[in-house]
Amino acid sequence: MYRYSEFDESFVRSRVAQFRAQVERRIDGSLTEDEFKPLRLMNGLYLQLHAYMLRVAIPYGTLDSRQMRQLALIADRWDKGYGHFTTRQNIQFNWPKLADVPDMLEALADVGMHAIQTSGNTIRNVTADHFAGAAAGEVADPRPVAELIRQWSTDHPEFQFLPRKFKVAVTGHPDDRAVTAAHDIGLRLVERDGQIGATVLAGGGLGRTPMIGKVLADFVPLADLLPYLEAVVAVYNLLGRRDNKYKARIKITVHENGIEEIRAQVEAEFVDRKRLFSGVDQAMLAAITTQFAPPAFEAEAEGDYETWRAVDPVFRAFTDTNVTPHRQPGYAILTVSLKAHGATPGDATSDQMRLLADLAERYAHDELRISHEQNVILPHLPKRHLKAVHDALLAAGLATANVGLVSDIIACPGMDYCALATARSIPVAQGIALRFEELRLEHEIGPLKIKISGCINACGHHHVGHIGILGLDRAGVENYQITLGGDGGPDAVIGERTGPGFAYDQIIPAVERILRAYLALREGPGETFLDAYRRLGMEPFKAALYDTEETDGARADAA
Amino acid sequence: MPPRPFTPKVLTANALLEGDVVWLDADGEWTRRMEEAALIEDEASAELHLLDAHARAHEVVGPYLAEARRGSHGPEPTHFREAFRTRGPSNYPHGKQEGQ
Ligand code: HEM
Ligand code: SF4
Repeated sequence: MYRYSEFDESFVRSRVAQFRAQVERRIDGSLTEDEFKPLRLMNGLYLQLHAYMLRVAIPYGTLDSRQMRQLALIADRWDKGYGHFTTRQNIQFNWPKLADVPDMLEALADVGMHAIQTSGNTIRNVTADHFAGAAAGEVADPRPVAELIRQWSTDHPEFQFLPRKFKVAVTGHPDDRAVTAAHDIGLRLVERDGQIGATVLAGGGLGRTPMIGKVLADFVPLADLLPYLEAVVAVYNLLGRRDNKYKARIKITVHENGIEEIRAQVEAEFVDRKRLFSGVDQAMLAAITTQFAPPAFEAEAEGDYETWRAVDPVFRAFTDTNVTPHRQPGYAILTVSLKAHGATPGDATSDQMRLLADLAERYAHDELRISHEQNVILPHLPKRHLKAVHDALLAAGLATANVGLVSDIIACPGMDYCALATARSIPVAQGIALRFEELRLEHEIGPLKIKISGCINACGHHHVGHIGILGLDRAGVENYQITLGGDGGPDAVIGERTGPGFAYDQIIPAVERILRAYLALREGPGETFLDAYRRLGMEPFKAALYDTEETDGARADAA
Repeated sequence: MPPRPFTPKVLTANALLEGDVVWLDADGEWTRRMEEAALIEDEASAELHLLDAHARAHEVVGPYLAEARRGSHGPEPTHFREAFRTRGPSNYPHGKQEGQ
């Protein structure tokens, strides 16, 4: 597993000491809030609606049991006994007191973790597939490439003042789980003629102006990747708009100049850049790759897994939905759902965290992952232990068999916590999950991604939800817009708006009407909601949503 | 357009140490219950109170004027965001609603 180097450790310690002094100076009045705010944000400390919030980084979403236990301890000692896992593969603590935060950061540093936020208009934390190094069918582990990019871009002198922040995501699997098409640069590792390289996408992003990234280069061999990326960022650095914050992301640069023009300039720039690379980057990549080496897999890992599946229907249903095929025979990738029906998506209590830590340590090579879909993963679990793991999860309320289904909803904190929100998202997610549990329809409906954001910043990725929900403030009441047909996978699409939004007490019935229409119209259980939408288009769903009497009120609201 | 008539407000912020929501009361103290807040009914004193709150940065963070109306027990919120701030999140009984 990847570990921070000693340099990182002493850097983190000195940052904690520095922040402790800054907090003291804020409390004794020698720092104003204007002076203190950028300092606390750099250290992951936000002020939300009801309290401060501490956001802790989980690089590549990867944790070991010791780190998970420490998160549980922090939740108990300084928060309210739980943490919230987010779509950015962070954990957020919602109730810290200002004076306690330095101690919390110290406790994190004890296990090699930190809350330092990369900030400013630089290349941000690089993200990767949460099944990296484990999924069957993976072309290459994306994390070494992601880490190489992180190291290369950190303190890169040319790129400290870009027009705007810049986010890179890498996937090494044809099922794009890193939502690469919604990033400034998305890299998809592919193999061509026995050689690994990357398809490079540019100009994706969500938020106010959602865009799907466009293919800039079909195939860049790994040996050329850094000079190529440097060329992309250099071209963006020159062309990107600095006059308007909302037009400064590379998605607008690509949109305004056209992908062909950007490609031509990048290719010209690449020729010069390539000459300056001496191959040090390839030596670095090789060294990083050894740090992401897989664990020592067991040879006889399957055990009596199939027997248990045959005799225990609850266990079978659980493994049907929550297990993803592993590349190692006899192994499973287990997704533990943090979406029990009616629970807050992404929340885990300290007891649940400790249990997950114990299970990882005892059975699964001591590794845990956090997915951007707000679930916890045991990436390397021998199948012979799945039954014991399932029993333990059942007892802790963590065995919900709903991964990838209606109730596996992504929801941002919305107006229950976030100061920027225009409406709530969490209770909408809770309500949808409870309703479909009550109807017992979720397995019948099958694969479906519902994603909810509480404002236009789109932290809940609603644009790429098969059903997306955006909460807005319309004349002083919560109003929810629906988009359909969004997709964050390999063929990424931004969802299309259905029409006027729905009031808070109408949004759950609206989702139900959409899904009842789907069940009535699909060609069979094999046709997913997304496939049916692609075949049928918007009209039948629009009719289901709006051609009923109850929605007159909703229409009037949104006019 | 004629200037909009002034509508009643309360002065609110988050406490520096705890981070929780506070309102300014008639004695110039911070209260944790909106009913105890001072309802400000003229623009001049609203501006003065806001300036004063900004000067009390060792006590509170992010002071602002929020719309409010006179209720039977004191000022009440008119917008749902301000109503949530008097209670806490809707997914757990945390925040002000805890122990209420
Ligand atoms: C509660 C405190 C939060 C605040 C104040 C906040 C604020 C923001 C803002 C202002 C943006 C837009 C940035 C831009 O486009 O320039 C943003 C983007 C984003 N946020 Fe949050 N956020 C919060 C919580 C979260 C949480 C909990 C998640 C994960 C569940 C999240 C995930 C994201 C993602 C993925 C984006 C990127 C969208 C894109 O760049 O296209 N945020 N956030
Ligand atoms: S989408 Fe808006 S409401 Fe939701 S977390 Fe992001 S900024 Fe807050």
